Amino acid sequence: MNPIVTAPAFGPALPEIILAVGVLMLILFGSFRGERSAALVTIGSLALLFVAFVAVLLLPTSRTVTMGGSFIVDGFAKYMKLLVLLGSAATIALSTDYLRREGIDRFEYPILILLSTIGSMMMVSANDLIGLYLGVELQSLASYVIASFHRDNLRSTEAGLKYFVLGALSSGMLLYGASLVYGFTGTVAFPGIATALHGPVETGVVLGLVFVAAGVAFKMAAVPFHMWTPDVYEGSPTPVTAFFSSALKVSAIAMAVRVFMGAFPNILAQWQQIIIFIAIASMLLGSFAAIGQRNIKRLMAYSSIGNVGYALIGLAAGTPEGIQGVIVYMAIYLAMTLGGFACILAMRRRNVMFENIDDLSGLARTHPVLAFCFAAMLFSLAGIPPLAGFFSKFYVFVAAIQAGLVTLAVIGVVTSVVGAYYYVRIVKIMYFDEPQAAFEPMPAGVQVVLAVTTFIIVVFFIVPAPLVGTAAAAAKSLF
Amino acid sequence: MFGFGILSGLLIVPLVGAAFILTLRGDDASVRSNACWTALITTIATFLLSLVAWARFDPSSPAFQLIENHRWLTETIRFKLGVDGFSLPFVLLTTFLMPFCILASWESIEHRIKEYMVAFLVLETTMIGVFVALDLVLFYLFFEAGLIPMFLIIGVWGGKRRIYASFKFFLYTLLGSVLMLLAIIAMYWNAGTTDIVALLQHKFATNLQTWLWLAFFASFAVKMPMWPVHTWLPDAHVEAPTAGSVILAGILLKMGGYGFIRFSLPMFPDASTYFAPLIYALSIVAIIYTSLVALMQEDIKKLIAYSSVAHMGFVTMGLFTMTPQGIQGAMFTMVSHGLVSGALFLCVGVIYDRMHTREIAAYGGLVNRMPLYALAMMIFTMANVGLPGTSGFVGEFLSLVGAFRANPTVAFFATTGVILSAGYALWLYSRVIYGRLEKPTLQNIADLNVREIVILAPLAVLVIYYGVKPGPILDAFAGPTDALIQGYQAAMSLTKTAALPLH
Repeated sequence: MNPIVTAPAFGPALPEIILAVGVLMLILFGSFRGERSAALVTIGSLALLFVAFVAVLLLPTSRTVTMGGSFIVDGFAKYMKLLVLLGSAATIALSTDYLRREGIDRFEYPILILLSTIGSMMMVSANDLIGLYLGVELQSLASYVIASFHRDNLRSTEAGLKYFVLGALSSGMLLYGASLVYGFTGTVAFPGIATALHGPVETGVVLGLVFVAAGVAFKMAAVPFHMWTPDVYEGSPTPVTAFFSSALKVSAIAMAVRVFMGAFPNILAQWQQIIIFIAIASMLLGSFAAIGQRNIKRLMAYSSIGNVGYALIGLAAGTPEGIQGVIVYMAIYLAMTLGGFACILAMRRRNVMFENIDDLSGLARTHPVLAFCFAAMLFSLAGIPPLAGFFSKFYVFVAAIQAGLVTLAVIGVVTSVVGAYYYVRIVKIMYFDEPQAAFEPMPAGVQVVLAVTTFIIVVFFIVPAPLVGTAAAAAKSLF
Repeated sequence: MFGFGILSGLLIVPLVGAAFILTLRGDDASVRSNACWTALITTIATFLLSLVAWARFDPSSPAFQLIENHRWLTETIRFKLGVDGFSLPFVLLTTFLMPFCILASWESIEHRIKEYMVAFLVLETTMIGVFVALDLVLFYLFFEAGLIPMFLIIGVWGGKRRIYASFKFFLYTLLGSVLMLLAIIAMYWNAGTTDIVALLQHKFATNLQTWLWLAFFASFAVKMPMWPVHTWLPDAHVEAPTAGSVILAGILLKMGGYGFIRFSLPMFPDASTYFAPLIYALSIVAIIYTSLVALMQEDIKKLIAYSSVAHMGFVTMGLFTMTPQGIQGAMFTMVSHGLVSGALFLCVGVIYDRMHTREIAAYGGLVNRMPLYALAMMIFTMANVGLPGTSGFVGEFLSLVGAFRANPTVAFFATTGVILSAGYALWLYSRVIYGRLEKPTLQNIADLNVREIVILAPLAVLVIYYGVKPGPILDAFAGPTDALIQGYQAAMSLTKTAALPLH
């Protein structure tokens, strides 16, 4: 038995420690083996993610605090970490063939993904402002680099630079807000802040809250801090975009839940209106701005902005049902967005990637199976039953109606109809228009991700209870 | 098996057929014939299964029967199926019409027949699901899921403006339905369950009823469709392939009326009384205005589509009279209209397959070359007009009787619709069938072939049979109608007693 593992202080953080140590070993291995080690490092990182996944599963579900109160493990953290790990593993599976064909298959890529994953997991488990900031920075710095991983490509480097400049600004805002909150409450620990804040609220705390909300909204890509999203999503290599909109999105939403429900539950009225505004603005912009997009990665960027808006409906409710809605939403969104990007990665002819939605025309006749999978993803994103996307929206609306946020729910369903228009328009292009030349056969990794996600999306409605039930239990752990 | 009964079977059999068609491989001709035969056999098997359900059904009881109940989303949102006298006739209508749709598509669908048949079978499952669901969330799931196959059917196999029509159909109905979803959630939090049987006993506060009624109305009025949200229907009908039109007119339009009688009337009685004048007004506008519009159409399918809107006006009017005659008449009109309008669209399909045009002006004097066709078309035209002796008469007459009891003025205006319908239907018939066969393109047009006779003959027989002997269907409706009206009157007297101290 390893003494470090049994030490009580490190036990709850075991998955992160496994990943961190593993990453260091992979860096050493990669540096000694040189450029040709990419394939082995990729396999090694998938194995690491698997081990971390098992380690998270084995964690106790009861609430455990460690590292001087800055690291927390509970049902919610476990659930979200599993989602993040799945998102990262799927990203690596989607990436290998793409990177090889683009000539950028370096061993640093999976390592950076892993570092970002560790940061994400720390964000999910943060129990004080310092831990939160550490997680955010680790995640962000790694992701700035992978955004510009295609370093000879103008769009990719531009994406990385934009992401870095705006990301640094948002980190600054988060830090500034955190320092205000610390100044007015005298503590950085979330439970301490929660107990310090009750009764009438001082203006300084509200100011700090607003800055923290702005920083968090940036990480989630929620309106009005979304401006970076379309450019970064469009410019980054496609598997990286998949990573940003899956694993990173899940962790950012989890961080929002952690901060608002952990540190500010007693001043719900102060931040509820902020979240409601962000949710409405994100849903409106996400659905209306996507209509004009012809580039599918840009379209998915607006789609992800809109989806954040729906997830935030659950947070705005601030109830166990609402958090359950957020968890279910993110789990299903993860499957939908990974499946969607798997389809985008299949759009390759004569070794050139295509990104315009018109390139999909007539896909139903050239690739019936791919078209079926993509159509399932799109109808699901539009929220049409019986596909899983319907249930993700259903649960957040259930929470909103229960909390009396009827106007928010009405705006939500109406924008979902607007959103349905642009999703269904892609189905129209695939099914109604005349076919073009066929795409190249899909690489194995893409096929696996697409098959698994389509299966989840299509048959979820037959046995919804496991996912929904565990999400309910995970949500209860926050209250 | 595993507690799943005959109603689950009705949902699963078409899906099994669809899955089987998906696995078909080989050259085009054999895939085509195998897909058609599999779809036909599947739909006939489903129809036979629904007849078994009918045999096990006790029409004298107003209660839900053949109930299946399984854990689904949570303990309170369950997978619950069952039928009563209101829903079983629609299940039978669905399963009965489907084989005709498959037969009608046998030759007219030229490409991607495999996907076409799969879409139709999936659509059948969702339609049956709407009528047998006894849980609101499950109902909503089937109600919406039908949009996907119908969208594809219109968009892939439709006419020239198919893309516009499919989007209009999809977005219109989706926008109507999402508000109903919120109402369903509100009912869930208010009553603690989405079980329809339990909700029928639950009394919602009058204020809440108003909002819930409006939300459900938004969905059903679009689906029905009621004036002024009917504009998607003519587009969808005109562009859809023949079988798609049959399903639209025969089944999908009935979901609105079914929704009114299953949810709006029994669950929100106060709001239904409050809004009845609104429904009357919209129904009369629909009856008169869309009949006038139908008179002026130059496209046969569009004319029939507008006549459908007018007939649905009779249905909504009859339902909200809250009299036994009005409700039974409305329900009967829906069943009859399902047969008649379906048959009329099939008739249009017959000449469309030959001439590839739906312009009324392109035809004339068909009786000279197509006597059998002229006979079939006459029977269905007369049924559409509501001639006594056809099924169309019974429903319209009962609805008008009910309306006369509830509000003579409404009945007066609605009756003009009967005259107008005679106007547009007979004029259409005379322009297409009679006159001299002058157009050179029509000189060699062939009369009905065996397949077309097999399709139209049973429908003609049923239309006349139910016109002479409407008893079997009316008996099925009688039990739940009485229960509905009793519950309604109890709710009304309760509201009156509650209101007394205020005055």
